[in-house]
Amino acid sequence: MPPPDATPEVAASLGSARTSANPLLPLTVRGVCLQRSGRTLLDDVNFVLESRDIQVILGPNGAGKSLLLRVLHGLITPDQGTIDWGGRSPQLAQADLGMVLQRPVMLRRSVLANLTFALAHSRVPRQQRRQRALDALQRAELQDLAQQPAPRLSGGEAQRLAILRAWVQRPRVLFFDEPCANLDPRSTQKIEHLIREVHASGTQVILTTHDLTQARRLAGEVLFIANGRIQEQSAASTFFQSPASPEAAAYLEGQLLV
Amino acid sequence: MDDFSESLRLTFHLLISLEPELVEIVTLSLWVSLSATALAAIVGLPMGAAVAVLRFPGRGALTALLNASMGLPPVVVGLAVYLLLSRAGPLGELGLLFTPQAMVIAQFLLITPIIAALARQTLADLDAQSREQLQVLNTRPARMVTALLWDGRFSLVTTVLAGFGRAIAEVGAVLIVGGNISGVTRVMTSTIALETSKGNLALALALGIILVTIALSVNLLVMSVQNAAARRYA
Repeated sequence: MPPPDATPEVAASLGSARTSANPLLPLTVRGVCLQRSGRTLLDDVNFVLESRDIQVILGPNGAGKSLLLRVLHGLITPDQGTIDWGGRSPQLAQADLGMVLQRPVMLRRSVLANLTFALAHSRVPRQQRRQRALDALQRAELQDLAQQPAPRLSGGEAQRLAILRAWVQRPRVLFFDEPCANLDPRSTQKIEHLIREVHASGTQVILTTHDLTQARRLAGEVLFIANGRIQEQSAASTFFQSPASPEAAAYLEGQLLV
Repeated sequence: MDDFSESLRLTFHLLISLEPELVEIVTLSLWVSLSATALAAIVGLPMGAAVAVLRFPGRGALTALLNASMGLPPVVVGLAVYLLLSRAGPLGELGLLFTPQAMVIAQFLLITPIIAALARQTLADLDAQSREQLQVLNTRPARMVTALLWDGRFSLVTTVLAGFGRAIAEVGAVLIVGGNISGVTRVMTSTIALETSKGNLALALALGIILVTIALSVNLLVMSVQNAAARRYA
């Protein structure tokens, strides 16, 4: 369901109305291990993602959340284990996967050109790119900044542009790596609104956070990760009420996991 | 001392009267070095960008080769082009030796490695910053090259400028392949060398002043363009 304020054209330009089943799901991860310079960073990670709810990978800093996203996306090949996107390897699925990095890099051109660049790489015909980009900017209330140089945006604006830039490519699955790290509450609110819109458009959202309150606001399902291991996978309501793993219980109580 | 002040007087006379011979020499210098720089930029910038961005076997060796060839001595480049273009050489039939075109070729070969090596360095830094971002935007390697060339455009102006500076100031290569023929292949640097050896210091000094002025004004122009760009995209 697109949100009520979206006109049909805007919704269409951002790839909504994709109500059919997501061909990349279920995501099946089996026995994924990753070592770097003698340290085990991902330790026998196993899980299956089937739910169409927003998936939150929750855990303390250094737990391996960002690394896990990169492995799922195919940016990093694990030392062991397999990742299967509805029958496709990450490399084969990559054209349908998008990622909003924790520190998105703005191309050194205008806000609009950052979007048309992304559109050019998802096979959108040249004559449609500008209009699609403008529609997307309108949705995130960035239309007045269209001609501004993107590297000069504020942190919150840059993050919103990064989300749009990934979203206009109409990925089937969009990863968000700590999307609101270092942002003020107002920017966080705008970004969470945008993330919900992405999800409502039919794109599967998988995001990492260490922020419990953000996880409570967004999560449909929680994967709790600590020390490179998935400690628990539960529906959000269950997870926050009665976590099954002692690690998650400790994290929820605000104890420091080290 | 009298000699020197006499030279200075003559120098300013030459500069103010815009002697046709002087104008011709300056024009040819600019034409040769600007042509060589334009060609070297067309070849060197994509070459440097490709080495910075693409991953292929032999990349490290190629980088080392590029960096080393920044220090090619102009006389050696001139000699190589001379051998290529001389009557008995493989390209002798073209009849290019002792023409301005030969000088363009020599300067092109001299500064292409400079532009490529400096561009590679600049874009390798930019690549390190933006590679993952471009990957998650599904950018193919060939498009990463062009994207980084465009994003690095303001820094690359300095790179091209370094190439131009080298070309306009060198004398060894143009002297060997051009021959310093009056009215045909005489440029500022080769004329300075010749007139100094003949003791005709006024013309040499006038040309020296013009050469330095051109170098300075090109640098100032580029710096102001860069500052404007930096304010916009820093």
